[in-house]
Amino acid sequence: MRAIVALVAGLLFGNGLALSGMLDPVRVLGFLDVAGVWDPSLAFVLGGAVTVSAIGTVLAGRMRAPVLAESFDIPTGRRIDARLVLGSALFGIGWGLAGFCPGPAVAALSLLMPKALVFVAAMLSGMWLYRITTPGKPAAGGADPRPAAQS
Amino acid sequence: MSFWAPLAGGMLIGTSSAMLLVLNGRIAGISGIVGRLMQPKTPGNGWRAAFLAGLIPGPLIFAAVAGHSPPVRILASVPVLVLAGLLVGFGTRLGSGCTSGHGVSGLARLSPRSFAAVGIFMLTAAATVFIVRHVLGGSGS
Repeated sequence: MRAIVALVAGLLFGNGLALSGMLDPVRVLGFLDVAGVWDPSLAFVLGGAVTVSAIGTVLAGRMRAPVLAESFDIPTGRRIDARLVLGSALFGIGWGLAGFCPGPAVAALSLLMPKALVFVAAMLSGMWLYRITTPGKPAAGGADPRPAAQS
Repeated sequence: MSFWAPLAGGMLIGTSSAMLLVLNGRIAGISGIVGRLMQPKTPGNGWRAAFLAGLIPGPLIFAAVAGHSPPVRILASVPVLVLAGLLVGFGTRLGSGCTSGHGVSGLARLSPRSFAAVGIFMLTAAATVFIVRHVLGGSGS
């Protein structure tokens, strides 16, 4: 059942990305180009997304456990550490260079664009590079290292 | 310019996030989902694979319903795409999230770490675009 939920959530996410225009690097870069002809679209995407996600957050806050699982598996760390700062900075530079972040890049794979494939391959390589240079860390900087209770 | 499509698309994304949280108790953060799938023994990779199995065909289904393919204009050159991909891959894992994990879910949860992350990556992304387009004069990415 959880897998079906995840599948449907993924479908909604992918369709949302397509509808919102966020699959299009030109549009994303238009939002990031604050000194040029500014395209505020991404603000509406984030605004809509955060608002609806917040409803889920409020609901979840009133629940002892999620509907289909034993417990919530969410980050609880609150410390803003060097890894968060550096990682976010590097991610931002990469995002500003190509206008792709992980979600849109992965979703664009289905459209069979060679350049999207190049980006995703490089992204996976970057993730792998992270993994081999930081042994033993599950990349949850600042979060409680709780073992996952269920899958 | 009409903003209903960005808003509606965003709300779909938010629905996805809310649904995954309330029903499965998980965060819809793409960099984390992809990153952990690269580690074969991680618990929970069943749902992560299922999520991607929905995410990837999503735009195709949208195209079928809407009657046209969503625009995806990739102007960056291959070398820039490689550099960008490496930075995004490494950076999102180091920083524990991206626009979906920190931006959508983290801000909704009022997470201080996510506020910091979003502020920082928005800033460096905008600065990068500024330098590339207005300082170096390249408009090809």
